[in-house]
Amino acid sequence: MSEAMRGRRRSPRDLVGGTAAESWSLRFDDRELPAQSGQSIAAVLWSAGILAWRTTRETAAPRGAFCGIGSCYDCLVTVNGRPNQRACLVPARPGDHVTTQEGTGHDDLAV
Amino acid sequence: MTTSPSDLAVVGAGPAGLAAAVAAAGLGLSVILLDAGERPGGQYYRHPAPGLGATRPEALHHGWSAFASREAALRAHVSAGRITYLPHHHVWTVTPDSGESPGWTLHAVAGPDEDPATVRARAVLLATGAYERQLPFPGWTLPGVVGAGGAQAMLKGGLVLPGSRVVVAGSGPLLLAVAGSLAAAGARVPAVVEAAAYTGYAAHAPALLRNPGKLVEGATYGGALVRHGVRLLTRHAVTEAHGTDRVEAVTVARLDRDWRPVPGTARRIPCDAVAVGHGLVPQLELATGLGCATRPSPDATVALEVDAGQRTSVPGVWSAGETGGIGGAQLALVEGEIAAHSVAGRPVPARLARTRTRLRAFAAAMAGAHRPGPGWTGWLREDTDVCRCEEVPAGRIREAVEDLGARDARTVKLLTRAGMGWCQGRMCGPAVAALAGTDPAPDRRPLSCPVPLRHLAALPAEPPAALSPELP
Ligand SMILES: Cc1cc2nc3c(=O)[nH]c(=O)nc-3n(C[C@H](O)[C@H](O)[C@H](O)COP(=O)(O)OP(=O)(O)OC[C@H]3O[C@@H](n4cnc5c(N)ncnc54)[C@H](O)[C@@H]3O)c2cc1C
Ligand code: FES
Repeated sequence: MSEAMRGRRRSPRDLVGGTAAESWSLRFDDRELPAQSGQSIAAVLWSAGILAWRTTRETAAPRGAFCGIGSCYDCLVTVNGRPNQRACLVPARPGDHVTTQEGTGHDDLAV
Repeated sequence: MTTSPSDLAVVGAGPAGLAAAVAAAGLGLSVILLDAGERPGGQYYRHPAPGLGATRPEALHHGWSAFASREAALRAHVSAGRITYLPHHHVWTVTPDSGESPGWTLHAVAGPDEDPATVRARAVLLATGAYERQLPFPGWTLPGVVGAGGAQAMLKGGLVLPGSRVVVAGSGPLLLAVAGSLAAAGARVPAVVEAAAYTGYAAHAPALLRNPGKLVEGATYGGALVRHGVRLLTRHAVTEAHGTDRVEAVTVARLDRDWRPVPGTARRIPCDAVAVGHGLVPQLELATGLGCATRPSPDATVALEVDAGQRTSVPGVWSAGETGGIGGAQLALVEGEIAAHSVAGRPVPARLARTRTRLRAFAAAMAGAHRPGPGWTGWLREDTDVCRCEEVPAGRIREAVEDLGARDARTVKLLTRAGMGWCQGRMCGPAVAALAGTDPAPDRRPLSCPVPLRHLAALPAEPPAALSPELP
């Protein structure tokens, strides 16, 4: 296998060929992450090796994408200030600022 | 919005809904096709967005041409004004119209700004597909543990992998497809851990032999797995995932006939991700909201009751694909076409009827073979979260059942909050029912997705039937 000889594993990209139309970076908390047009926010995070971006309300346990199709709500994230967005469904857009979500995402409203 | 109603509204643009919409438009009906997703194709034909520039999206699919031809037909019908295609429209309820012209109003949440949208049609076809069934195990909430179908969806749609060394586990034929895709995309897959024994299929030899295409598909997956060095462990389960911030290894144990872990058989497999799933669950809330009758399936899920023309028990409402029982993309395509004929008042072509019968028999054989055994709860610990959203551990659910006398999932929910969180029991429902000692009940959720309150406030004074309060 030629990839193996070059010392590199196959990638999803090798499988489907081509190159992304556009790449830019997305702000995630204080980091800049490389993003490609057409990826969901969850896909951008997974590409960067980030699997958790939320903590739960009861035990502050880390969570990220689980079902990948919008039914588990484990991947909730705050996008441009709007909390409780499902990262697996929301397409990443240039200029997005994604922030980790704690608890219900409405901590600012707590009294 | 007061436009004249279309002949048919199709909810879901997966294989079933897409095939139905295209066939119905071909038969002269005016069609509205709504889908929560951005692109047609549903779960099976999920593919990268155009911006990702994939030149060979078909590399991740079997039978891509069946999709490509229907997608081309969809575009043609849209240009000709015969189909109105509304992607990014999540239908949250369907209500019957009152008045002279009988029909239906579909209420949807549209686009990133969650705008309200309503459409009207004389007939409705529900092709909302399925989601994955999960059986909890210690450590399944650790980052890196993801749904098997979820991993497949993220790979097909976003060209990403959850890790570089991924154990695939659970039960059902989807596991082989997932393992094959992950390996082809560059992940190492040390093992596919399948809880059922494939010998379960032997009891259904006739159904299998009448489906040579399916056997070839299985053999293709098998061959690919061997080439990628993937081990298939049948009658085994992942009984624990280990790690602190993310998964680092899993414990795999042998199961007895009832899926109880056999003491002394545990071993550890290092990995940085686990893709897990125990088959699929039909997604029925819109249908049960309308009062459509359901039936138990051999895989211990609940599906819609449909007749030979894909009619549900509610006149004017049809269903096709996995809402009527898990059966695969090919069956979904066939059922979509049958439904289109039936809605158009045409006879169902004999060829389609025969194919449906054959594929349904195959689906029933598979469903029976992968039905979860009762002993799986033996791998839960008291502190294992069963409900991921509300973080309700198995111990609290057992207490509700054993000490407080809860006899069904609904009572468990009221006593423990299991199933009351964001996902509305989609993830924990089957597990809670098993712990309560009952069969799963049909999906009943007043809203199929979060709906901004302003949309509810804008509804007509009469509350839709689906929203009327229900007594436990
Ligand atoms: C996560 C996942 C991954 C899968 N991967 C594979 C695979 O790799 N290989 C394989 O053979 N099978 C796979 N399957 C099984 C596959 O789903 C089916 O065989 C096939 O896609 C069924 O077609 P369908 O048209 O019945 O439903 P689906 O393909 O599930 O289509 C349903 C459609 O309805 C839409 N929808 C649902 N609810 C609403 C609503 N309320 N409003 C608007 N739209 C709605 C969804 O967005 C979706 O597009 C997978 C299933 C899941 C759940
Ligand atoms: S991963 Fe389940 S909703 Fe996003």
